[in-house]
Amino acid sequence: MSATATAGRRRSRLGWNLLGLLVFVIAGFPLYWMLNTAFKPAKDAIDPDPSLLPTGVTLDNFRRALDISDFWGPVGRSLVVSLSVVVIGMVVGMLAALAISRFAFRGRKVVIVGILAVQMVPLVAMIIPVFLLLNDLKQYDKLTGLIITYLTFILPFTVWTLRGFIVNIPRELEEAAMVDGCSRTGAFIRVVFPLLAPGMVATSVYGFIQAWNEYIYALMLLSQEHQTATVWLGNFTTKHGTEYAPMMAGATMMAVPIVVLFLIVQRKMAAGLTAGAVKG
Amino acid sequence: MSAADTTTPAKVPPPRQAPPPPAAARSGRRRATSGQAATPWLLLAPCLLILALVMAYPLVRLVTLSFQKFGQPQLWGFQSADWVGLTNFTQVLTDGEFWAVVLRTVVFAVGSVVFTMVIGMAIALLQQRVSGWVKTLINIVLVASWGMPVIVATTVFKWLFDSDYGVFNALLSKLPGVHMIGHNWFASGPEGLAVIMLLVVWGAVPFVVITLSAGLTQVPRELEEAARLDGAGAWGVFRYVTLPVLKPIIVMLTTLSVIWDMGVFPQVFVMRGGHPEAEFQVLNTYSYDRAFVVNDYAQGSAIALITVLLLLGVVAVYMRQMLKIGEVE
Repeated sequence: MSATATAGRRRSRLGWNLLGLLVFVIAGFPLYWMLNTAFKPAKDAIDPDPSLLPTGVTLDNFRRALDISDFWGPVGRSLVVSLSVVVIGMVVGMLAALAISRFAFRGRKVVIVGILAVQMVPLVAMIIPVFLLLNDLKQYDKLTGLIITYLTFILPFTVWTLRGFIVNIPRELEEAAMVDGCSRTGAFIRVVFPLLAPGMVATSVYGFIQAWNEYIYALMLLSQEHQTATVWLGNFTTKHGTEYAPMMAGATMMAVPIVVLFLIVQRKMAAGLTAGAVKG
Repeated sequence: MSAADTTTPAKVPPPRQAPPPPAAARSGRRRATSGQAATPWLLLAPCLLILALVMAYPLVRLVTLSFQKFGQPQLWGFQSADWVGLTNFTQVLTDGEFWAVVLRTVVFAVGSVVFTMVIGMAIALLQQRVSGWVKTLINIVLVASWGMPVIVATTVFKWLFDSDYGVFNALLSKLPGVHMIGHNWFASGPEGLAVIMLLVVWGAVPFVVITLSAGLTQVPRELEEAARLDGAGAWGVFRYVTLPVLKPIIVMLTTLSVIWDMGVFPQVFVMRGGHPEAEFQVLNTYSYDRAFVVNDYAQGSAIALITVLLLLGVVAVYMRQMLKIGEVE
């Protein structure tokens, strides 16, 4: 009886595993096909009946991708914009997050609801007035203009996420430090800050990824010669058609660093949260 | 608002009432009386200033623009913007094309959300039943596709569904009796939007799976067992135990998905090479088109504003849920 039950369970486990592998293959296929095409010899890429397995490895597509138009300029601009946005967002956001998570004051609720609401405004709806605003401020086609624009979505995100991390750090720890003679600022720097560090790292990387991936504002607010990395990816389509294999090479160069960062932070984010829970 | 009222007191007791030792007391107490009220506002000031400049001002401008006449001449300052009352709105709302766009956007969003939630829930449940190594494999793929920049994912899907060399047509043609090579998926709106929906769902499922999986670990085992002892089948356990426990997370994920999928832009825009055809227009691309292609910034703003208003109800549900969850946290 029990032998058949375990056998049955094993068989159903096998069934679930096969289903799971199917999910793995389907969900992973676009990624696989991007890499597969990127490393393929160009002639194999334009085959109406493509081989599903790699047909040989070449870096020609990457060379071509770097040739088509300047790659490092857009990457440099994306780096400048994303890093500046993250630094400003973290400093300003941290102060605001502290205010709404560690102080009781009149109007706090309004601020919290406001910050939540602001995150819900679709970016696209804001393009027209933001475009006009930057036009008025003479910031159109300037990286500084793009940086302040990106703060519209990075700042609320940073405040909200950091607030989550701060709330998880028990207030008693700070109070204990103050009982031991620390000032409030001292207690924050010595006790809260170290506990908050993993969360801050995760939040920064998330923010960086969001800024790096942004497309619409970058397209609208910068001219072709000042384009960022996401917009650069559009250069493979000309009126003569699309060069798909180099485009997949370009896509790979864009995606791999971001995906790796994301994979790392995923774990850090979880670690940060559980560390807070255990210490609480 | 009422949800917000209940969240605060529990989480933020009036600060610093534990008596500090005498030495620290004097300086601490003084700060507590004089600086207390101002400190949080000082901390908030930079954040609020920036948001006022880049968020509040443009939002106000969005509203005022939609009541003005604002085209190229006004943009370059050759003419001043005149107030035209509700003209932009009446023009938009009496335009049959606008309603077609609204309908298309709603159908697209509902389809995307339903598929995202159902597939996401199915994969999350499957994750509980597979062996550890399969789970790890699925997780890696999910997190990797979650992390893919939208523009990259869109580019990749464009390639997958290319009419002549796309692997999707080649795979379909391997089925007996099917000849899809050369089939252009973007020749018709519904087919093209179905591909775009697939892209959106593919990108959205990982977040749903990972959030729901975390939620599923919170479902008490005893409850499931009790239900099973009472004769509930797998569906019964899911329907009467799992689903109610997960409800807050599901509400949050659904509302977020509605907000995101109603606001879909880059996927459509990039997939159609920056010039979506009439059959592909959704609210956001339509507003963009009005503003930057037709150069009627006022009408574009009116459309954007209507989109925001359409979403307001969903946003309200989402915020209530967020504040409720915040209470539990």
